[in-house]
Amino acid sequence: MDFVPAISRWIHLLAGIMWLGLLYYFNFVQVAALKAAQADGSGAGIGKHIAPRALFFFRWSSLVTWLAGASLLGANFTDAFLLRPSHAAIGIGAWLGTIMFVNVWVVIWPCQKRILGMVDASEQEKNTARRVAYLASRANTMLSIPMVFFMAAGAHGAIYFQ
Amino acid sequence: MPNPLDSLWATVIGGVLLTIVLYFVARWLMGA
Repeated sequence: MDFVPAISRWIHLLAGIMWLGLLYYFNFVQVAALKAAQADGSGAGIGKHIAPRALFFFRWSSLVTWLAGASLLGANFTDAFLLRPSHAAIGIGAWLGTIMFVNVWVVIWPCQKRILGMVDASEQEKNTARRVAYLASRANTMLSIPMVFFMAAGAHGAIYFQ
Repeated sequence: MPNPLDSLWATVIGGVLLTIVLYFVARWLMGA
């Protein structure tokens, strides 16, 4: 079973790249692009063809990332989440990643279902959902910065700047 | 008061500041 951590790390990185890549796409590209496209009447395609596909891979990659990360922690799972001294750095990263994961499934996705018309909602409810999903996505972008530090850099000695 | 998350740059700067704060929290937790 020695191969399990290596496979878990591989999957964790691949899925994490997809998750954060799409998160940054939404925040650094799509928000501004949609605003500009709506201004000249060409935004419908983004909402109809791009956003649903991007959201599909976004939310499922977040689940795969979290599960592979939990598998990678293995017997250290409790030590990490209890922020024990030996696992404090990866524990902070794990907590940040977990908050982001919950944000995706409990806040962003239910809002997106209203925005995309997969769930019945009034125009008022859709506008509220747009604002909540936007702020949750921005919060995840902010949290991703320390999360990557503690997940990647922290695991390679950056916590001591060695 | 405007929400800092409305600005992409404020979001990134907020993330960097949070990293610095959590860095010291981590060092404290580790007893360093």
